[in-house]
Amino acid sequence: MENKLYTITVFSENTVGLLGQITIIFTRRAINIETLSVSPSAIKGIHKFTITINTSLDVVTKVVQQIDKRIDILKAYFNTDDELVHQEIALYKIATEKLLAQGSLEEMIRQHRIRIMEMNPDFVVLQKAGHYQETQDLFEELSQKVGVLQFVRSGRVAITKSKVERLTDMLENIKKLENLKR
Amino acid sequence: MENNNKIKGSEAFIRSLICEGVDTIFGYPGGAIMPVFDALYDFHGQINHILTRHEQGATHAAQGYARVSGKVGVSLVTSGPGATNTITGIGDAMIDSTPLVVITGQVAAPLLGTDAFQEIDVVGITAPITKWAYQIRRAEDIAWAVARAFYIARTGRPGPVVLDIAKNAQFQDVEFHYEPCTFIRSYIPYPDVSLDQVAEAARLIDTAKKPFALVGQGVTLAGAEAELKTFLEKTGIPAAWTLLGGSAMATDFHLNMGFLGMHGNVAPNIKTNECDVLIAIGMRFDDRVTGDLNRYAKQAKIIHLDIDPAEIGKNIKVDAPVLGSAKDTLPALTAMVNAASHDQWVASFEVHRQLEFDKVVEREVHPTEGEITMGEVVRKISEATDNKAVLVTDVGQNQMMAARYFNFTQGRSMVTSGGLGTMGFGIPAAMGAKVGAPDRVVCSFNGDGGFQMTIQELGTIMQEQIGVKLIILNNHFLGMVRQWQEMFFDERYSFTEMQNPDFIAIAKAYRIDGTEVHKREELDAAIADMLKDDKPYLLVVNVETKGMVFPMVPAGACVSDMVLES
Repeated sequence: MENKLYTITVFSENTVGLLGQITIIFTRRAINIETLSVSPSAIKGIHKFTITINTSLDVVTKVVQQIDKRIDILKAYFNTDDELVHQEIALYKIATEKLLAQGSLEEMIRQHRIRIMEMNPDFVVLQKAGHYQETQDLFEELSQKVGVLQFVRSGRVAITKSKVERLTDMLENIKKLENLKR
Repeated sequence: MENNNKIKGSEAFIRSLICEGVDTIFGYPGGAIMPVFDALYDFHGQINHILTRHEQGATHAAQGYARVSGKVGVSLVTSGPGATNTITGIGDAMIDSTPLVVITGQVAAPLLGTDAFQEIDVVGITAPITKWAYQIRRAEDIAWAVARAFYIARTGRPGPVVLDIAKNAQFQDVEFHYEPCTFIRSYIPYPDVSLDQVAEAARLIDTAKKPFALVGQGVTLAGAEAELKTFLEKTGIPAAWTLLGGSAMATDFHLNMGFLGMHGNVAPNIKTNECDVLIAIGMRFDDRVTGDLNRYAKQAKIIHLDIDPAEIGKNIKVDAPVLGSAKDTLPALTAMVNAASHDQWVASFEVHRQLEFDKVVEREVHPTEGEITMGEVVRKISEATDNKAVLVTDVGQNQMMAARYFNFTQGRSMVTSGGLGTMGFGIPAAMGAKVGAPDRVVCSFNGDGGFQMTIQELGTIMQEQIGVKLIILNNHFLGMVRQWQEMFFDERYSFTEMQNPDFIAIAKAYRIDGTEVHKREELDAAIADMLKDDKPYLLVVNVETKGMVFPMVPAGACVSDMVLES
C-alpha cells in the first residue's frame, strides 16, 4: 500500500500523561510523527491533538483504532489532505540590515503574504501562514537571498470539510447513554 | 477542630477495596506502601492477604485467581523494585486480557521527580501495558481512583490497571465516601450489538456449506460458554479452540474439533484452509494460531465476533464483523440463523484426526516402552481427576503437551500464559487459581526450567498451605528451545541443557510432600498419592530428554502444512 500524509485528530479528556499514551502507540510501530499540535478544543475540558504521519492506509487505520481504545480518549479519526482545510504557521528571523539591503522587499511581502511581527535595528521577525510547502518555499527563498537567523514552524491545525461533526455527535450519544445509566 | 468523620488515606484505600468486593490480595510490603499495609492489619477478617516471596509471584497469583474466579485479581506492592517486579505480570495480563488491579506504593508527592529512594516512574513504565495507569497524589482521589480502576479492569475487554499511590496520600486524613464507577464518557465497554452486522453474519452462515468456528478466550471472559454451545448445536458447526479458549467447550463435546495453531491438532488447522465461512469468536488471530497470514483461510469468508473494535481487521481482513460481548452477540446470532447440520463436513475432520492419532497421539499418550513421555503424564493426571481439575501451565513443551492432552469438562479450567509466554508463570498462577477456586483440584504443569524461575513461591505455598498439585516434567533441558535447536539450528544445543537440583529435597525443605518418578510403573501410584488429599504436593517426573511436541506448524509456515514427526 502506498504511503501518504494522514492527519489524525484526537479528542481527549484533559488528563496528565495522555500525550505519552498517544505517542507510544506510534513508537511501537516505529512511525515518525511529522507534526503535532495540542490545544484546548472548542469544548471546555476537552483537548484536541492534531498529528500528521506519513504511512499507509492500513497502518493509519490500525493506529487510530489503538488510540481510540485508550480510556481517556473520546474520539480519534484520520483524514487525507483533500478532506481538510489545514494550516501551519512559520516565523523567520532575519538580520534587518540584510533584509533592507535586499531590493525587492515589497514584492516578497505581497507575493508570500508575509506579516512583520517585530522590527528593530538588529533583526526583523516575519510571519507566514500556509501549507507546509508554502512556508518551506519562503524559507528557502529567504535563506538564499538574505540568510535566516532563526526559523520555526508550528504543527498543523486542521478542520474537516465534511458536514459531520464527529465529536459533537459522539458527545450527544454519550449524554443519552449517561442518562440511560442514571 | 479535628473532623471525626475523617480517616487516613490508607484506611480509605482498604475500605474502597472492600466496597469493590475484594476479599483476597496477593502482596509484598515495603517502605512506600507501609501505611496501607498498616491499615490492612485492622481488616484481618475481611481481606485475606497472601504474602508471596516475590512481587512477580504476587501478580501471577492475582492473574491465576482472576482467571478461575472471573473476579478482579489484586496485587499490593511497594515502590521502586517492588513495582518493577510486577511488570511481567502486568504485561502478561494485558496481552491475555486478565482483569487485574496492581497497587504500587510511591514516594511522597513532593519527592516525585527527584530520584528519591525507591522512586521510579511506574505510570510511565506501565502506560503501554495497562488499560489504565494512574498516580494518586492526594487522599481525596483515592475512592474515585479505586472505583474507576475496578470498573476499567473488569468491564469490556478486561485488562490490568495500575494505581500508584504516593505516600503522603496514604497518610493524609480524608472524608470517606464511596461511589462505584458505572460510567466513563470516553469509554464504551459494551458496544451495542448491531442487528445489521448480526444479520450479515447470519446470512453468510446460512449459505455456508463448510462453516468452521474458532473459539477464543472472549467466550470465557463473557461467561458465554452455554451460549456458544447453543449456537454450535443449532447450526451444526464444528469448532476448534485457541490456547486461551481451552475449556470454553468440553473436550468431549461432539462439535469440538480440537486445539488450533502451532502445536494444535491437524484437523482444525487443515480445515481452516478448507472451510468456506470462518467464524472467529472472541479470538484475535494471533500468529501462533494463523501461521503465515498470506496463506491463512484465503478461501473463506471471515466473520469476526469481538468486543474490541481494534481487533477487527487487525491481522486479517474481515468480511462480516460483529462487535460486542459474546454474551450478547452469540444469542443474537443464534436467534437469526437457520438450524442446520453439516454431518458430511464434520465427518471429514475424522481422517485427519485418525492420522494424527496414529502418527502422534497414540505413541505420546499410551507408549508401551522407552522413557516416560510428557503426554502420558498429562493424560494420566487429567483422567485421575475425572477431567475436572483446573489446568495451570508454565511455558514451553509442558504447556503445549498440557494443552493438547488435558481434558476439560467445565469452563474456566485453563490458566496459561498465552500471549506473553511467561516462563515462571506456573507456580504462582497455580497458587492464585487454588485460592480463587478452593474446592477444585489445581494441577500445575511445569518444566524444570520455568519451575526454577519462581521456585521461591514454594515458601508462599508452605505458609498458606495452598493445596496446589505441582508437576515438573523434567527433561533436563529447556525443552522447547531444544526442540527448535534440533529442528532449525542443526542440533546445536546452545545453552539449553540444565543441571538441576534435587527438587524433592527442596520441596521437603519447604515442608511440601513429593515424589520423584523415574519409571513408568511408578507413575500411577505417585499420581494417586498426589491426589489423595487437598495438600500441596510436588510430583517430579523424569521424562524423555529429547521429547518433541508434534504436530507443528513451523514459524512462518502455512497453517495447513503441519509437520507430524522429525
